[in-house]
Amino acid sequence: MEMAWVWTGMVTLSLAFGLLTGSLDAVAGAALEGARNAIDLSLSMAGVLCLWSGVMEIMNACGLSASLARLFRPVLRRLLPEAARDPETLAAVSANVSANLLGLGNAATPLGIRAARRMARGCGGTASDELCLLVVLNTASIQLIPATIASVRAAAGCGTPFDILPAVWLASALSVAAGLTAARLLSRGGRRR
Amino acid sequence: MNLSSLVVPVLLAGVAVYGLGKRVDVYAALTHGAEEGLSVLLRIIPALVGLLTAVSMFRASGAMEWLSGLFAPALDFLGIPPEAAPLMLVRPVSGNGALAVASDLMASHGPDSYVGRVAAVMLGSTETTFYTIAVYFGSAGITKTRHTVPAALAADLTGFAAAALAVRLFFGSG
Repeated sequence: MEMAWVWTGMVTLSLAFGLLTGSLDAVAGAALEGARNAIDLSLSMAGVLCLWSGVMEIMNACGLSASLARLFRPVLRRLLPEAARDPETLAAVSANVSANLLGLGNAATPLGIRAARRMARGCGGTASDELCLLVVLNTASIQLIPATIASVRAAAGCGTPFDILPAVWLASALSVAAGLTAARLLSRGGRRR
Repeated sequence: MNLSSLVVPVLLAGVAVYGLGKRVDVYAALTHGAEEGLSVLLRIIPALVGLLTAVSMFRASGAMEWLSGLFAPALDFLGIPPEAAPLMLVRPVSGNGALAVASDLMASHGPDSYVGRVAAVMLGSTETTFYTIAVYFGSAGITKTRHTVPAALAADLTGFAAAALAVRLFFGSG
């Protein structure tokens, strides 16, 4: 429903600005051009997007996500010590993290939800520190190969759409670190009160 | 030779060889995955039509520039180009909206421009925060989310500032 407000707000503001600044001709043209650009964009990003979805699927079929999940288990055991006591929760969380790393969003969400459900048992609707941490981790992007963005760049005529990878990794790492630190600090502040 | 030119061919060949070594039908997996990619695309096309229409109108009317100007002093302080303001506003709420705004920025500034790269890195280093929180807590039956929203927004804001910083670091601000 919030998107209905965002969309209506944008279109109404555009009309108001168009009337005020006398750019109504441009606004009218832009509306039709935008709709056409959406299809152009979709068609020109389709190839790269499908290719990388295929590569991710190969990685998945090779058991790469399972071995990644094993790799992350010790780290997650320290990050979420209480949840890790339940082996099934730990398995779901580590599979969630590895699916996120590989960019398998469709696989990551159900796994994360399974973990969140188990962690929320008997808490009476209040999120525990560790559940907050799990959700914060999922609101930060840890995708290793952002295929959708690369395909949008390719669609915009970029010859080397993957040259932003190191920048994406650095920004992602800083963002995740900030999220985890903020969650830790805020949960301590909450307990003192 | 650009080092990033290695990424694509090495990854393609590496994954294929590794998979074949594990006796996986890599070609079948590739086409199956591509099919899934196509269905993802089919699902976002209707949203892109609606959102790119709105974003184009927003830019043409001058409202986009006004919005960027509104946030320019704060963004300047964080080292973020003011053109990215609309992207930062939409990113936590709508993934497709962010895709539409970012592709508009890349088309109008160029994908290899400073602004175009910052938009791409911002998109790659953040998530649709409010959607994720709603899905997770909704299905886990949580009503008191405590510090999740502020912590997640701190991560987003850091991601935005870090995106601009990382692009300056790796590509300069030209």
